[in-house]
Amino acid sequence: MKLELRGITKRFGPLVANDRIDLVVEPGQIHALLGENGAGKSTLMNVLFGLYEPDSGQILIDDKPAKIKGPADALEAGIGMVHQHFMLVPVFTVAESVMLGHESTRGAGLLDLDAARRQVRELSARFGFDVEPDAVIEDLPVGVQQRVEIIKAMARDAKVLILDEPTAVLTPQETDELIEIMRQLRAAGTSIVFITHKLREVKAVADVITVIRRGRVVGQADPGAPESELAAMMVGRSVMLQVDKAPAQPGEVALFVRDLVVTDRTGARVVDHVSFDLARGEILAIAGVQGNGQSELAEAILALVPATGSMVLEGRELVGSSVREVLDHGVGFVPEDRSHDGLVGEFTVAENLVLDLFADARFRGGLGMDLAAIKSNAEARIAEFDIRTRGPEQPAERLSGGNQQKVVVAREMSRPLRLFVASQPTRGVDVGSIEFLHRRIVAERDNGTPVLIVSTELDEVSALADRVAVMFRGRIVGIVPGDTPRDVLGLMMAGVPYEEAQRHAAEHPTTETLIEQDPSAAAAAGPEEGEVP
Amino acid sequence: MSTVTATPPAQPLAAPERGVVAPKVSWRVPGITAAAGLLALLAFGVGAPSGAHSRFDLSFRTDAVQLSPLVVPSQVTNIVIGVVCLLIAAFTVAQTVRRRRTPMWLLAGFGLLWVFAFLVWAVAGKQTSLVDLLQGSLLLAVPLAFGAFGGVLCERSGVVNIAIEGQLLVGAFAAAVVASVTHNVYAGLLAAPVAGYLLGLLLALFTVRYAVNQIIVGVVLNVLAVGLTSFLFSAVLKPNSARLNTPPLMQPIAIPLLEKIPVLGPVLFRQTVIVYALYIAVAVLTIGLFRTRWGLRVRAVGEHPEAADTVGIPVNKVRWRNVVMGSATAGFGGAFLTIGYIGQFGQEMSGGRGYIALAAMILGRWTPFGSLGAALLFGFATKLASVLSVVGTPVPSQFMLMLPYVLTVLAVAGFVGRVRGPAADGVPYVKG
Repeated sequence: MKLELRGITKRFGPLVANDRIDLVVEPGQIHALLGENGAGKSTLMNVLFGLYEPDSGQILIDDKPAKIKGPADALEAGIGMVHQHFMLVPVFTVAESVMLGHESTRGAGLLDLDAARRQVRELSARFGFDVEPDAVIEDLPVGVQQRVEIIKAMARDAKVLILDEPTAVLTPQETDELIEIMRQLRAAGTSIVFITHKLREVKAVADVITVIRRGRVVGQADPGAPESELAAMMVGRSVMLQVDKAPAQPGEVALFVRDLVVTDRTGARVVDHVSFDLARGEILAIAGVQGNGQSELAEAILALVPATGSMVLEGRELVGSSVREVLDHGVGFVPEDRSHDGLVGEFTVAENLVLDLFADARFRGGLGMDLAAIKSNAEARIAEFDIRTRGPEQPAERLSGGNQQKVVVAREMSRPLRLFVASQPTRGVDVGSIEFLHRRIVAERDNGTPVLIVSTELDEVSALADRVAVMFRGRIVGIVPGDTPRDVLGLMMAGVPYEEAQRHAAEHPTTETLIEQDPSAAAAAGPEEGEVP
Repeated sequence: MSTVTATPPAQPLAAPERGVVAPKVSWRVPGITAAAGLLALLAFGVGAPSGAHSRFDLSFRTDAVQLSPLVVPSQVTNIVIGVVCLLIAAFTVAQTVRRRRTPMWLLAGFGLLWVFAFLVWAVAGKQTSLVDLLQGSLLLAVPLAFGAFGGVLCERSGVVNIAIEGQLLVGAFAAAVVASVTHNVYAGLLAAPVAGYLLGLLLALFTVRYAVNQIIVGVVLNVLAVGLTSFLFSAVLKPNSARLNTPPLMQPIAIPLLEKIPVLGPVLFRQTVIVYALYIAVAVLTIGLFRTRWGLRVRAVGEHPEAADTVGIPVNKVRWRNVVMGSATAGFGGAFLTIGYIGQFGQEMSGGRGYIALAAMILGRWTPFGSLGAALLFGFATKLASVLSVVGTPVPSQFMLMLPYVLTVLAVAGFVGRVRGPAADGVPYVKG
């Protein structure tokens, strides 16, 4: 099936998310849509899938104009989509999830679950998935949930499969498996639209690359093109892919964490006897797949969630303290979800810059606040952090993701710190801001502050970390040097101990690593397996 | 350059040892059973007057076949029950130590035994009618159960229905008026769900179409129902009471054979059409929600509307349909208050039953059977209070009257196990 988008335009108020986008997906092709967060890739696919109605433009299937008013039309036309946030009902079984929306019945509307189970087993066998039809979705790991999503699409005979940032939740090894699945699907004649901002993956699997920037197609690229060229197309200028940083000069140990345990509401240990040391002037990155306890660990340090065990920061026990006490002791904290926990959207930039500093002597004036001091502080921070805003009085929610994050980081760094903790410091942030934030974090380290970074992005971990602690199911699998190869970290993220991971990674490098070592492998690493000279 | 192997096919790694996730041991069940067992043994058993007997009638006076009443020696019976209860409590302790769950049927049995011990103690030296107690509980449970079903239908699709109270009230009103005018109870029975449906249309309009806060709309509709029926009652019904507010009462219909079952037969199978409708409704709803295409889609919409939307299910249409269906069901239950039980319509006669129905739905974990069970429990507590205030017991009757509400508070506060409703309950669905 040939799919064509012609002149698609979608506006949200004054924002033009898609600006006259043209795109052709040929049959049996893996077509990568490459672009930064917020470039308009997902919007475009939601238009194609009928979730958004375009303001103008046309969708053509096999050169005939198609009317796609909703997901039902898209599915009918043979378009399937695996969303970035999975569209699965957590309490349903796999079979129920797959049959939902096109249920086969045994008359009188009674569900024919056996037929659904058969279908799941059949598709699961065809792609080598090993998915149990009666398993409940919420008990499945994300990698398996993603396979359920693919089965869902294939059960509806999708001819074009849209994968929206499918690797965001996967380890490098799982990503490798997904790439293999994509090749299988291509071999079976399914076209794939692969949305991503990760250059490595695009190079590993794409037949055609279309780059989108600020809602516009900026051009097509060849999968053989060097990463720096793709990055430049994506961002619109040449970018530094690696942060320049001097080797760490660790001072004395400032933070001792011993046997830290956090339990969730059901009583499961989400942080399970975690111990580590953190010295002044070093960056320790906590790596791991989303949901393995890293977020809770960071929250426990700020006393947002109750914990047991011990955390001593420069002679003071933090376990059992209040959030206020932890902040006053000099802990800077950048939360994972800036729009919920880091900012008050309706407040101005200036107010957000003093959100946890309102009691500070600098900003106090008698019983009230010293508005002049707050304003001059805002102007100073805006200049220092290059925050692109119309002024200190603009509501924070109007800023782009990258600039919002700069506000949060600027606030946390605007007082003397004994510890800086940042959870997903650059999630959903444009490449320019990522560069800037990374440089600031390294600068903070060089000032002698111990820095703890929680990140699910291996690129970020490799860029920043002096040491890496890998977490899996609430435990630290190992603490390894910052220059540990991605493949090894990836295996550790699946719970494999360091030595075994090293051995396994040496024996079975992932496709991406191979391509990095030898770009000609990209062309050869096709659907057929074999030896490449 | 050396030879490199292209990607090996995906190989699952040896599953690493799972971090031990030990669930917190909850001592709630053993604690409660042990305390209740001790109470049964010491207060109801040892504390009962020695030599007294408790007498329970097992037949209605009107029954053709009269069963001889059950007479038990109060103290001895309760000491035996108390010991059995403590044995069960010891078993739950053992299960908890071994980190196993105590089977639900055993806990249910424990509850029944304990309630029986309480009854034996309360009527020591006196008598009461067991069948009357059971039948009364059932009848009091009918409007609660229908209200709870109405709640289940709405909330499974993701719309909170606080307006059950108002739906019961307008159902009761419509049934009374229509039955009076037409001199036909069945016309009244049909009018009740129509009234509930109309109120449901408003609920759906504001919560589904305009995405207004569902709790606020529900409360407003309750106030509207109270105001409207109170106004019509004093302005129209009172002056024309004979013509507009003297509905005929539904007559019980005995089901052949089934009514002959001792004790339970007359209680369950010599009832009005509304009660039989309850039996049918619980079965139809259970199968409908959990075994049919309709139910799967409704649950998907209530749990994860975006997911339902992406497979082509019209989320708001499903919600709209369920809201009016649920409201009609609650309205139908309202008919029982007038033409099924009391007769005349009285101002604000629903008297908070809608809220208790909501609690029954939560206690019943959003399932039809659970809701019915919870409604029966509340019905039993209410009936027990009135029976015991007649018999005269050591417990002040005011405390007994509090019982259903205490149970409600505990249920809504989530004390009874982990209560998890539909994930998208109460969240309007607005497309991107």
